[in-house]
Amino acid sequence: MAKAKSAYSIPTKVGRLDTHIFVIWVDNESGVLARVVGLFSGRGYNIESLAVAEVDATKKISRITIVTTGTPQVIDQIKLQLKKLVPVHKVADFKREDKKVIFKEMALLKVVGNKKKIEKTLKACKSFNPVILDKTKQSVVIQITALRREIDKMSKKLKSFGLTSTSRTGAIAMTRGAEVFK
Amino acid sequence: MSKLYSGAEIVFKCLEDQDVKFIFGYPGGAVLPIYDELKNHSTIKHILVRHEQGAGHAAEGYARSSGKPGVVLVTSGPGATNVVTALTDAYMDSVPLVCISGQVPTHLIGTDAFQECDTTGITRPCTKHNWLVKDIKDLSKVLHEAFKVATTGRPGPVLVDIPKDIQFAKTNYSKPKKEKKLNGKINNMFTQNEIDKFIDLISKTKKPIIYTGGGVINSGPKASENLREFVRLLGFPITSTLQGLGAFPGDDNQFIGMLGMHGTYEANNAMHDCDLLINIGARFDDRITGKIDEFSPKSKKIHVDIDPSSINKIIKVDLAIVGDVNEVINAAIKKIEKKQNGFKNSNKQRISKWWEQIQKWRTKNSLGFVNSNKTIKPQHAVQRLYELTKKQDTFITTEVGQHQMWAAQHYKFNKPNRWMTSGGLGTMGYGLPAAVGVQIAHPDKLVIDIAGEASVLMTMQEMSTAVQYNLPIKIFILNNQYMGMVRQWQELLHEKNYSESYSEALPDFVKLAEAYGCKGLKAENPDELDIKIKEMVDHKGPVIFDCHVDPNENCFPMIPSGKPHNQMILGPNDKDENKITGKGKALV
Repeated sequence: MAKAKSAYSIPTKVGRLDTHIFVIWVDNESGVLARVVGLFSGRGYNIESLAVAEVDATKKISRITIVTTGTPQVIDQIKLQLKKLVPVHKVADFKREDKKVIFKEMALLKVVGNKKKIEKTLKACKSFNPVILDKTKQSVVIQITALRREIDKMSKKLKSFGLTSTSRTGAIAMTRGAEVFK
Repeated sequence: MSKLYSGAEIVFKCLEDQDVKFIFGYPGGAVLPIYDELKNHSTIKHILVRHEQGAGHAAEGYARSSGKPGVVLVTSGPGATNVVTALTDAYMDSVPLVCISGQVPTHLIGTDAFQECDTTGITRPCTKHNWLVKDIKDLSKVLHEAFKVATTGRPGPVLVDIPKDIQFAKTNYSKPKKEKKLNGKINNMFTQNEIDKFIDLISKTKKPIIYTGGGVINSGPKASENLREFVRLLGFPITSTLQGLGAFPGDDNQFIGMLGMHGTYEANNAMHDCDLLINIGARFDDRITGKIDEFSPKSKKIHVDIDPSSINKIIKVDLAIVGDVNEVINAAIKKIEKKQNGFKNSNKQRISKWWEQIQKWRTKNSLGFVNSNKTIKPQHAVQRLYELTKKQDTFITTEVGQHQMWAAQHYKFNKPNRWMTSGGLGTMGYGLPAAVGVQIAHPDKLVIDIAGEASVLMTMQEMSTAVQYNLPIKIFILNNQYMGMVRQWQELLHEKNYSESYSEALPDFVKLAEAYGCKGLKAENPDELDIKIKEMVDHKGPVIFDCHVDPNENCFPMIPSGKPHNQMILGPNDKDENKITGKGKALV
């Protein structure tokens, strides 16, 4: 056996990876996003998507939604580390498969093409709450809201219809029903 | 209308209200208004260091030996970047520091002004929290909050960056609020149910071990007292991490030595074979656990910690109690006392076999070494230092490396807050400035920095600070002319390729001491060691002691690379036995 040249232990088991959505309520002060994001990069956690905006102007509270993957142990750590940050008020985390939670992403899609292609595009988008934001003879800008993988699929599909530009938000989340996360 | 104060005045009013007696700092352009105000505040003494890193470590030494937060004052740009190592060190070892840094005036921020740097950006990952004060009205609130964040929960460093124009601006001063509500960051909400489970596990164990860490020290002297009562009540063996030394008396029979990479044979084997592991205020650091997959495989694990993120981070535990160590132990003691009288005795009977096993491991004498009458063995030097200073209340700091481990192994601590060492970050150059801070906090006590010649040269300039304030610190250098721990690893792991670990052209430490205006001593053979140590201890001022030791000595025992606790290298005489596999050794 080759002699190990490190005094650190090398992990032999690799855990199962889950996708989780973290919702973090923070004071909207300067540097707060850097603190949250820096925690992820500094500790080697990964960010799939990120959405942030102030949600309460009087209390100056922002809501950050982060999609990440990790082993159950890592997910646990992320939550506990986030809670330690001084401007963080509360942290919720949901599994992507969680039926009690609504996840949505928005995308703006620009399709350039003839009338036929634009019609095909609109038809394809039908089930994703399409809103036509701009239309000319050669182009259309559509807004759709859907799940990440649905948008992934759409942008692949629309390539052949003349999709030239895609702009996407990160996922945002809300629980179903009357309950509010405390 | 109430009186208006300048930002600089508010800084001092806050420090006064927070009962700060000493600031460790170094002036510069962006903090001049604060330095100008210093003369008006006689209760606060400023200690001028020679490098900002020294200020940070001195404040750490002050904080760790006194239990009060250390305060650092530095200028913008290089002042702030120089203190980053000390902040990171304090963050890793949970030391409460409040660092106040000057910043260029607000209208110049972002213009690459002279001595500007993004201080809050740079220090964000190495502080518990930091603030850039852009409005004078926020200043007093932020400073009080800074002290609160630094000292509550798991302690740590914080930084407040104050632009120069804010130091001149004027506003009202507000006193610290005495508030009960604590923003949910202080976690001390363990339940009686958890204590009951704790006691239940204790009452069933046959092979227990208590593993304590720096959390006990941070919980205050009362925690150490309670720990002693708790451990004696149970009769369990106790081991400690590097940072926890002193919480339980080092010369007590129930104490089985430090654990981990350079821990004792009995402590590590007990960790491996136990059926109940009680972690109190420690964090399963990788120097402690060795190979994670084979860490204490047969035990139920209990973890008491004030930081919820420490729990299940490295090692999954069966019972987690999130709370202040002192209060958890207190609750446990109360619960035990309530139990019928039989509890304590049955407990001790049940574990008598376990103690027999531990005694067997003890006979290995894993801290033993082959002494010499020709050269000074470093372990021998530390042992003599201990014997000759144990009668007085001695404070020990160290640098980082072999000498640090020998100090931890051979110097026995009987009280908390007497042992200051850089464990988490492993900062060479920590010990000398830390000794300065310790001596400031305890002017009449004996303060010794057990040092290596390589480490101590990193912050040697602080001797000048010691001389300026007449701080009688003793720098006891175990001089082996090598970066000893680097050399040891190169010997064991890199086929003795001693790449760049030999220090050529070392200074004459005696002459260096004289150049700084303090006393220099040198010992080269074992015969003169005791006399010279006595001379050092008896000298009223600062001393640099150059103790020439065997350059080839290695620090044993040692858990080698990626191995579990029961596969230790015991020492040079153990080479053959080391080839026996883990199972075999555990049976010895």
